[in-house]
Amino acid sequence: MNNLKKQDLKILCVCGVIFAIFQVLLYFEFIDPYWEANIILILINIILSVSLNLINGYTGQFSIGHAGFMAVGAYVGAIMTVKLELPFVVSLLAGTVSAGFLGFLIGIPTLRLNGDYLAIATLGLGEIIRICILNIEYVGGASGFMGIPRITNFPWAFWIAIFIIFFIKNFKNSSAGRACLAIRENEIAAETMGIDTTKYKILAFTIGAGFAGTAGCLFSHYYYIAHPASFTFMRSFDILTMVVLGGLGSMSGAITGAIVLTGISAVLADYPEWRMVIYSVTLIVLMLNRPQGIFGSKELSRKMFKFGKLGGKIHGGTAES
Amino acid sequence: MNMGSFTQQFLQQIINGLSLGSIYSLIALGYTMIYGIIKLINFAHGDIYMLGAFIGFVATTKFQMSFLPALILAMVGAGLAGIIIERIAYRPMRNAPRIAVLITAIGVSFFLEYTMILIATPQPRTFPAVFSPTVYHFAGLVVNNQQILILVSALLLMAGLTYIVNHTKAGQAMRAVSFDPDAARLMGINIDRIISMTFALGSALAAAAGVLVGIYYNSIDPLMGTMPGLKAFIAAVVGGIGILPGAMMGGLIMGLVEAMVSGFFSSTFRDAAAFAILIIILLYKPSGLLGKNVKEKV
Repeated sequence: MNNLKKQDLKILCVCGVIFAIFQVLLYFEFIDPYWEANIILILINIILSVSLNLINGYTGQFSIGHAGFMAVGAYVGAIMTVKLELPFVVSLLAGTVSAGFLGFLIGIPTLRLNGDYLAIATLGLGEIIRICILNIEYVGGASGFMGIPRITNFPWAFWIAIFIIFFIKNFKNSSAGRACLAIRENEIAAETMGIDTTKYKILAFTIGAGFAGTAGCLFSHYYYIAHPASFTFMRSFDILTMVVLGGLGSMSGAITGAIVLTGISAVLADYPEWRMVIYSVTLIVLMLNRPQGIFGSKELSRKMFKFGKLGGKIHGGTAES
Repeated sequence: MNMGSFTQQFLQQIINGLSLGSIYSLIALGYTMIYGIIKLINFAHGDIYMLGAFIGFVATTKFQMSFLPALILAMVGAGLAGIIIERIAYRPMRNAPRIAVLITAIGVSFFLEYTMILIATPQPRTFPAVFSPTVYHFAGLVVNNQQILILVSALLLMAGLTYIVNHTKAGQAMRAVSFDPDAARLMGINIDRIISMTFALGSALAAAAGVLVGIYYNSIDPLMGTMPGLKAFIAAVVGGIGILPGAMMGGLIMGLVEAMVSGFFSSTFRDAAAFAILIIILLYKPSGLLGKNVKEKV
C-alpha cells in the first residue's frame, strides 16, 4: 500500500512538471491559440474517454450514450453560471451531480440489458436527452444556450482531468472496482460469488455519467455556447472510438486514444474536405491492425518497455460476452 | 376537431406511416440479416442506403434511365459495395473482439459519408421526378402514386427476399450459418461466400430504399443515411433482431409511430418517440416482438 502511495506521488510530481512546462509554453506563447484550444479539447476528451472506460472497459457494460450525459453537464453548468450567477466550482459540481443522478436513474432500468441491446438503449437515451433539451426554450432550444462566459482554461481542465484520472484509478483498485472487474469477466460467476452485480453496475454507470457531465460543463464554459448539435450520438461514437482505439479497459489506452484522435483531427483541420476521409481510413487501418487497441488492456508501465512489447491479448470478456 | 376529421387525419397518417415504414423495413431487413449472420451492428448500412440513392440519382440524371433500370443499377452497385466493404473491413476481423469490429463499422460509415461529401459536396441534390406525381383523392384521403409505388416495390422486394431465404439452396445455407456457423462449415457450406451474399442482399435492399426515398422526398444528401439507418436498426431490434418478418413489422411500426407523432404532436419529437419505443420494447421484451427468449446457460 505504501508503495502504491509512493508511486502515486511520483506520478503526481510528473503531472506537476508537465503542467509547469505547458503553462510556461502557454505563457510565453510558444503554443499558439489554435493549439491551446486543442490541448483543452484533448483534456476534455481525456475526461470523457476515461469515464467511458470505467463503464465500458472496467465494468464491461457497453454504453454509447455518453454525449447525453455530457449535454446534461454542459447545460446544467451553464444555467448555474449564467442564469443563477453562481461561481464556476458550483456549476461544475452541479453539472457533475445532475449528470450522475440522471445516469443513476437511467441505469436502474437499462443495466438489466446486456451487450448490444444495452448499447442501442443507451444510444437511444442519449438521443432522447438531446431532443428534450432541443425542445426546452429556457435553455435556448434549437439555437443553443448562448452567452456562457469562458471560464475553462488550461489549469482548470488539466487539474480536473488529473483528479478524475486518479479518482477512477483508485476506484478500480478499491473493492467496488474489483467487483466491477469481476462483473466484466463473468457476470454470472460474479453473482455466484456474492457480488451485487446490479449495484456495482449502477455505481460505475453513475460515476462515469457524472464525470461526463463534468467534461460537458468544462466544454460549454470554453466554447461560450452549449448547442444540442454538439451532443449527437456522433460524439458518443467519437468517445467510444477513443476508448477502443486506445485499448478497452486500459487507463493509459483511454488517455492515448483521446490524445491521438483529437490530435489527428486537429492536424487535419487545414484540409477540411479531406479531414474526415483520412480520419476514417486511419481508424479502419488502426483497428484492422490492432483490434485490441493500442495498449490492449494493459497499462503503461516500465515493465512494458523492459519486455519491449506493447499490449497483448485482450481479456476474454470486455464489454461483450 | 370533430370526430370525423379526426378519423380522417388518423387514416391519412396511417397511409403516410405505411409508406415511410416500408422504407424502414427495407433497411431493417439488411441490418437484421447481417446481425443474424455475423452479430455485427453494421453502422455503415445507413450509408449504403445513401450510396444507393446517389447511384439512382446518377442513373436517372446522367444516363436518363427510367425507374426500373435505375433501381436495378442502384441495387447491383450497392450490393457490390456491400461485398467489397465486408471483404476489406469486416472479414479480417472475424475473430477480433466484437467491439473492435463495431468501431471499424463506424469508421466505414464515416468513410462513405465523407467520401461522398468530397465527391458530391454536402449540398442536397434534387432527385428528378421519375413519375409525374398524380394525386388520388379517396374518401377524403390523399394518396399519391409515389406512396403506392413505394409500398408496392417494398412488398415485392420483401416477398422476393422471403422466397430467397426460405426456398432456395443459398437461403437455406444462410439460415444454417446464422443458426450455427461452425456446424454449417462442417456441413460443407462456404461461410465466406454466404456472408458475402448476405451483405449483397442486404445492401441491395437498402439501395432500393434509397432510390424510393429519393423519389418520395425529391431530395438526397450525403448524410441522409445516418438517422434512417439508426431508426431502421431500432426497427430491427423492436421486431426481434435476426428475424426477417420481425424487421418488416418493426419497420412498419416505426413508420406508423413516426407519422402519428408528427401528425398529432410535433415533428421535433418524432425521433424521440422512435427511441422511446425502442427502450420500452427492450425493457419488457428484450428479444423483440417476434423474438424467442433464449435462456443463458452457465
